[in-house]
Amino acid sequence: MSAPAAQFKADAKRMAADLRHRATIQTAMGKYEVVRDQRKRWFQDWEGARTLAARTKYEAVNGLDAHLTRFTQQLEARGTKVHWASTSAQACVIILDILKAKNAKVVVKSKSMTSEEIHLNGALERAGVEVVESDLGEFIVQLRGEPPYHLVFPAMHLTRDEIKDVFEKKLHDAPSNDPEELTMVARRQLRKKYIQADVGITGANYAIAETGMISITENEGNARLTAALPKTMITLLGIEKVLPRYEDLALFLPMLAVMGTGQALTCYNTMYGGPRQADEADGPEEFHVVLLDNRRTLVLADVEQRDALGCIRCGACLNVCPVYRNVGGHTYGTVYGGPIGSVITPHLRDLQDWKHLSYASSLCGACTETCPVGIDIHHHLLRNRRNASAPKTGKPSWTQRQLFKIYGAIAARPRLWKLTTKLGRFAQVFHGPVKGGVLDPMRAWTKTRDLPPLARQSFREWWKEQGAHE
Amino acid sequence: MSERDNIFARLKEALKLQAPARHGRGLPTIEEQRHVMPPVGKSESELFELFAKNATDLRATFKRAKDLGEVTAELRALRDSEKWQRVATHRGSLAEPQARSLGLPLMITEENSEKHELEQCDVGITECDALVAQTGTVLVTSRTAGGRALTCLPPHHVVLARREQMVPDLPAAMQLVQKRFGDQYPSMISFITGASRTGDIERILVLGAHGPKKLTIFCY
Repeated sequence: MSAPAAQFKADAKRMAADLRHRATIQTAMGKYEVVRDQRKRWFQDWEGARTLAARTKYEAVNGLDAHLTRFTQQLEARGTKVHWASTSAQACVIILDILKAKNAKVVVKSKSMTSEEIHLNGALERAGVEVVESDLGEFIVQLRGEPPYHLVFPAMHLTRDEIKDVFEKKLHDAPSNDPEELTMVARRQLRKKYIQADVGITGANYAIAETGMISITENEGNARLTAALPKTMITLLGIEKVLPRYEDLALFLPMLAVMGTGQALTCYNTMYGGPRQADEADGPEEFHVVLLDNRRTLVLADVEQRDALGCIRCGACLNVCPVYRNVGGHTYGTVYGGPIGSVITPHLRDLQDWKHLSYASSLCGACTETCPVGIDIHHHLLRNRRNASAPKTGKPSWTQRQLFKIYGAIAARPRLWKLTTKLGRFAQVFHGPVKGGVLDPMRAWTKTRDLPPLARQSFREWWKEQGAHE
Repeated sequence: MSERDNIFARLKEALKLQAPARHGRGLPTIEEQRHVMPPVGKSESELFELFAKNATDLRATFKRAKDLGEVTAELRALRDSEKWQRVATHRGSLAEPQARSLGLPLMITEENSEKHELEQCDVGITECDALVAQTGTVLVTSRTAGGRALTCLPPHHVVLARREQMVPDLPAAMQLVQKRFGDQYPSMISFITGASRTGDIERILVLGAHGPKKLTIFCY
């Protein structure tokens, strides 16, 4: 078992029994489900909207080279510096070099999962730069020294009391456990930082190829201020984030809001197309866009799973996933958790080390059903299982081959099949006492599951009997 | 080879194979978008009604005024009830005279204006590019609403709009941006839908996370 698999197994066991965690998540998800469903009904045809979104993303992802060319040409034409990074390490170096050139001491950041992916905060801190997360949820988990719990709600797993505790410990400022007062503590702390910061770093939700703009979706205004006040702005994004046309936002902005938070639109949806222009009052003097591959081109090369690059990180598949809701976001041990994370992590990291995530699913298909851009999520989990079990020789393991040989031999012979099912009923009696124990060869499965008793009458026998009545 | 070349080589190699289009393909037209998106009325009064309803849901204040004089009066009433001390605005034929008429210390955002000074203001009064009925959204840009910070840093954002700036839906707003700016886009275009908010603590709504705690829209 790989180290990530062992960690997943241990954490999943612990979290699944954590009733307080379960209650916290159920409350949060319950509120989300109500507003999300209201907003879906607000659309004239939600399913139609999903189809249009999937079509748009198909064109975006399948024309990625042309769209990226256009996107970057447009950006450069208005004075933006574009950087390309094949790996996480390269992206960190690019950003560190910009900070060095600007002699930056304090960096304010708005929410970016891509920056989590490349472990940017650690790299900056090692270089002696103070990094402040400005999204409230990110600010809280940064104070706790934790990774974000959820793509959209980083501090979803915490209660107000836990947040009050960490504010008290780290900021010495926590008047009460009231969410409003706690939010105002963060507001006061961060206002100072926006003004003090030398550089602002943001992520992006979309990259508009046609107009050469990045688009940021947020509620708090922290990304707005991050992009307004520091003299240098850096945006880090994956190369897959493109949308072909400006007008595609008309569909994608509300769809992201509906699925992400159950809003019609989030409070701020802002497009940035360059540094401050000559006729503008403020804004950064320099704007850098860092485009990250980090094995996304491997997902692109997998035609079966290419659609996974269309993911808009709304978190909807996490929210509906029965596994996510029980084991929690940290258990996945990856930046991208939940069903879509289980699909892409084996691509972005290593298939053999992360194949266990393909099994962190009941295959109920709720993720696929809810995905606003129509990614075939739960089937991709099956495809990853298949790919992981086909080693380089192209053969499954010896044990698996023998078991399937035996099964095949029985299944191909109707009489033998009949005999086996009859005998199976008696064999089951003897299984009872050893079930789940060390003597049980099937214990990995039977430890926590009961096999229903095999029926006295087989389907064939029943069918014959029915025929006789006619 | 540069990293750009490496990435493009991988992109081109990967895209040699065609992926299945499980949900069809082709970029949707605006008509197709409108067909699935939330409904909006046709008449002007329906649009204003919808915008007002959305503003209420968003806990923003939306007031229609008969004429500019009424807007001035409303602004003065706000100044008194909220005890404004300092006002920020931008150069603009509508916003600047209105802000001046309040008779308070006034800051105008311009090149070299101080962000510390803006942070001390009680209110930012700006113009806008459009109001979107479908979602109760105010469309502003860095060119037409005094830069990037003015619409986000002061605790109260007051928007002044003319009635003909109301557009029905998001596709219309996107078209308007493209038509108005051609390829001379401002460096920031922002769709503002309500005052700044967060639900990051136990999913309980709190207004004024980092941006304005209040959003007021006057339309005449």
